[in-house]
Amino acid sequence: MATPASPVRSPSSGAAGAVGAAAAGAADTLPRRKRRGLTKFMRNRAAVFGAVLVLLVVVMAVFAPWLSHYDPVQASFLTVRQAPSAAHWFGTDELGRDVFARLLYGARASLLAGVVSVCIAVVIGLPLGLLAGYFGGLVDGVISRVADALLSIPFLILAIALAAFLGPNLTNAMAAIGISAMPRFVRLTRGQALAVKAEEYVEGARAIGLGHARIIVRYILPNVLPPIIVQASLTIATAIIAEASLSFLGLGQLPPAPSWGSMLNTAKDFVSQAPWMSVFPGVAIFLAVLGFNLLGDGLRDALDPRES
Amino acid sequence: MRRMLMAAALALSASAAMAQTSQIRIGLQDDIGTLDPARSVQFVDRIVFASLCNSLVDITPDLKIVPMLATSWTTSADGKTLTFKLRQGVKFQDGEPFNAAAVKANIDRAMTLPTSNRKSELASIDHVDAIDANTVAFVLKQPDAALLATLSDRAGMMLSPKTFADAAGVATHPVCSGPYKFVQRVQNDRVVLEKFDGYWDAAKYPIQRITFLPIPDATVRLANLRSGSLDMLERVAPSDVNAVKGDANLKLVSTPGLGYYYVTFNINNGSRGNAALRDKRVREAFDLSIDRDAINQVIGAGIFPPANQPLPKSSPYFDAALPAPHRDVAKAKALLKAAGHEHVDVEFTYPNNTVASQIVQMLQAMVGEAGFNLKLRPTDYAAQLNAAHSGDFQAMYLGWSGRVDPDCNLHQFNTCAGNLNYGKYCNAEVDKLLDAARVKLTVADRKAQYDAAAKVLADEDPNVYIYIQPWPYVLSNKVQGFTPYPDGLIRLRGVSIKG
Amino acid sequence: MLRIIANRLLVAVPTLILVSMLIFGLQKLLPGDPVMAMAGEDQDPQLIASLRAKYHLDEPVPTQYVLWVKDVLHGNLGVSLRTDVPVTSLIEQKLPVTIQLAVMGMIFAIGIGIPAGVISAASRGGPLDYGANILALSGMSIPNFWLGIMLIFLVSVRWHLLPSSGYVSPSEDFWLSIKTMLMPAFVLGAALGAQLMRHTRSAMLSVLRTDYIRTARAKGLLRATVVVKHGFRNALIPIVTVLALLFGELLAGAVLTEQVFTIPGFGKLIVDAVFNRDYAVVQGVVLVTALSFIVVNLFADVLYIVLNPRMRRS
Repeated sequence: MATPASPVRSPSSGAAGAVGAAAAGAADTLPRRKRRGLTKFMRNRAAVFGAVLVLLVVVMAVFAPWLSHYDPVQASFLTVRQAPSAAHWFGTDELGRDVFARLLYGARASLLAGVVSVCIAVVIGLPLGLLAGYFGGLVDGVISRVADALLSIPFLILAIALAAFLGPNLTNAMAAIGISAMPRFVRLTRGQALAVKAEEYVEGARAIGLGHARIIVRYILPNVLPPIIVQASLTIATAIIAEASLSFLGLGQLPPAPSWGSMLNTAKDFVSQAPWMSVFPGVAIFLAVLGFNLLGDGLRDALDPRES
Repeated sequence: MRRMLMAAALALSASAAMAQTSQIRIGLQDDIGTLDPARSVQFVDRIVFASLCNSLVDITPDLKIVPMLATSWTTSADGKTLTFKLRQGVKFQDGEPFNAAAVKANIDRAMTLPTSNRKSELASIDHVDAIDANTVAFVLKQPDAALLATLSDRAGMMLSPKTFADAAGVATHPVCSGPYKFVQRVQNDRVVLEKFDGYWDAAKYPIQRITFLPIPDATVRLANLRSGSLDMLERVAPSDVNAVKGDANLKLVSTPGLGYYYVTFNINNGSRGNAALRDKRVREAFDLSIDRDAINQVIGAGIFPPANQPLPKSSPYFDAALPAPHRDVAKAKALLKAAGHEHVDVEFTYPNNTVASQIVQMLQAMVGEAGFNLKLRPTDYAAQLNAAHSGDFQAMYLGWSGRVDPDCNLHQFNTCAGNLNYGKYCNAEVDKLLDAARVKLTVADRKAQYDAAAKVLADEDPNVYIYIQPWPYVLSNKVQGFTPYPDGLIRLRGVSIKG
Repeated sequence: MLRIIANRLLVAVPTLILVSMLIFGLQKLLPGDPVMAMAGEDQDPQLIASLRAKYHLDEPVPTQYVLWVKDVLHGNLGVSLRTDVPVTSLIEQKLPVTIQLAVMGMIFAIGIGIPAGVISAASRGGPLDYGANILALSGMSIPNFWLGIMLIFLVSVRWHLLPSSGYVSPSEDFWLSIKTMLMPAFVLGAALGAQLMRHTRSAMLSVLRTDYIRTARAKGLLRATVVVKHGFRNALIPIVTVLALLFGELLAGAVLTEQVFTIPGFGKLIVDAVFNRDYAVVQGVVLVTALSFIVVNLFADVLYIVLNPRMRRS
């Protein structure tokens, strides 16, 4: 088994084996593997459920204006803190705004936060990890030390410090989360790149004179992608919770713009009088995160050729 | 045998009753800063000081100055010397005697300590003379009508001079001369004080032990009171007021305070100000489009009294001649039009706590009807101070916790060089009036100056006052004899706790 | 083995230096003068000037960094800008609180996670496994501050079963201390327990599949014996290393939990310090956190080597 000699470190340890087997069959079995993966995914009920949840969140975010006619931002002081009813399915908040409408528009913030943060993390982390793993030596030394330094500060604390430095708004929260999550992708990519680099066909490619860039793009990158995709999905889940946490602390999307985390921050002051303000945003976060977690799990199982 | 048993039982129960210390646990809104009165900057610190320390003078609920460590005082004819006769037989909590030398040492320290926050408060003092053991004279550079009121607060608090040698120790283990002495402080958690039996008025303080517990979350604070972990809390959230009123086990005791919440406009502080807001008609339009009663009803639960000036009704300097604040959207629109605007876009900066957030969003709706489009910009406390100083704002919502003397509520905010005048409003006439009010010596004389200044300020509207900050306390029924004071400090004289 | 430890230590030093520079630099870039925040609502200009001088805030950043490093090497982590209390005594006061929370949280996590993981692996594919997996994923997906708020509402406000906030030291009143920490520890441990369950399950599965386990089964040993004696013992290795990894999550989770339950611990200290721009506290606390991280990871590495006979021989 071509596994690197470090102990179980990341949740996607099984993917290391996947890379080994995948690398072996990289040249000619791509289409078949994809089909097999898809069938496997569809058979996994939990994964499909996860995909459905994710789709639900996307629909909420995209079609918010059509799903609710209420304005999520406009205060209405006559309908303050009303319990759920036929007119307001999830009740109203401390400024009379419809909670259901705010939930829908808040999905945009959460989804955006999740996806954009992970994109930032991957866009920075992937190339760095590839460089570190492929070239080794000093490049690896510097990149790995920086990644280690970032990793030795707890993720949320780093995100808090960064978000405080950048100022409390959604964009900065996304940047903060992205930068904090980046080292994980560096580590993961580096590990996979190391494994693939050791393969014979890569040595062969060097021997026949292929350039570094060519080798990285043609051989290493495709084999690194599957575990990255899995990790990305799982990290989106983490990022959604991180954005909610930052907003909860007052560092992310601040009111009046709707965000599930900041809704909970305000709601906690009204827990006795208006518990519905706390219940629904929390459930929304839970379902979104669960969806991405299940999706990520399903992707991992589908892409792992060991589990047949 | 039976008689012996009964006697034993009686003795046991008697000693048990004696052993039960009467203690009170008070929930505070913020964590306490430093316990050195000379360095203290936070409001909640003063709540602790009210029990830990004595000042030279104190106030009554209607803001009259009364003796505390000083029993009487006289001002010289030219107003430049303030002489105090001190109370005799007073001891500090470490046993050291309180006397004129101690007063001089404390004032000198407050004036010269590099990190002292009391310097501007005591700026009018030239030096202090200890005439004899019980007489001390403050020699001033110019008359200062506000000084007496200032000496009722931190600037006049007397620490034992013996502790000054240990600079760090003053804050970590303060030794004062108040009814309760310092026992313990756990950062972020609590401060514990215990009765000082050598206090000169010890008999009037039934409670033996105080624990101050900072609990920033208002809901959790109230939950703790309900569950019995607290006996009293300060600043209940207005959204909980109705629930407290309906609870038979709790008492709501509220009084309007000395402080206020207001909107200040960046008139001349750097280039980031809004040009439209430089026109006083636009500012007046903003003022007229606010419905303060609605804010009081919806957000304040009836305890946020509307304000039209920076002085509370309890102050002898309150100007009753100023018209009560009222909403007039039509007039506001007309004023805007006269100033040449249909709509005005304003970036509105405010601290992102729950109550401020709600009020600002309500403001946004209200002024929106008159034509102001507020773009909300929430910040945290430190960033807000920075923005205020550097002029990085157009309009800002903030608060001032208020002081006894009107000078402290007005001067630094409205004079050209005032360091709390973030909008850099400047009017030479107002400067003259407010400076004069500082050196006049009778209430009548000073009020004349303040009334004249109030007229100008009401016309120019550099600040729009929203509400007078109240001090709403919630007490469990066990607590008896508590009277709230407008300065918001918790005085435990005569306060007892049942059971 | 000694060589490996020495190697790891050597690697840790530049990491630590980088961390200190990172945090120091970050703090300096924070908008909002800390001195202004320290000067309170009075904003006395004289006070502001003397504070800037006292804390060397007018000197260039590299100079400030060097001064700070010199202090740290002498064991002086500075003084809180807000309360004049030395950072080291703040840490002394608050670390035990968070450690108590972390330990109790870990007990919940281990008590729930590991047995669930073992059972789940043993009944692989069955309904128990499926249910446990869903439960674990749910545990990981619930935002812990929300769980905290809901629990406070139900358990403290509605049912009056447990205190809703604050901290009681165990030396003061042991059982009250446990009672006060019960909800926060559960909230903290729930997410961790979920992750631990999944790791235990996968570690157990990969062990159970190995040849020597099959041999043990073939020899006719009872299923339970095989699972517990052989499977679990060998699964312990990756589980232990994962525990070290979860230490980091524990600290992060503690930040939010302490905020919701108003516990005066490490996490709350750092959040308040960031909001108050209390430089000294943030720097000191993050440095200590990073150091403990590195130590814990080192410990995990060593433990892994010790436990894994294959590694020891190499």
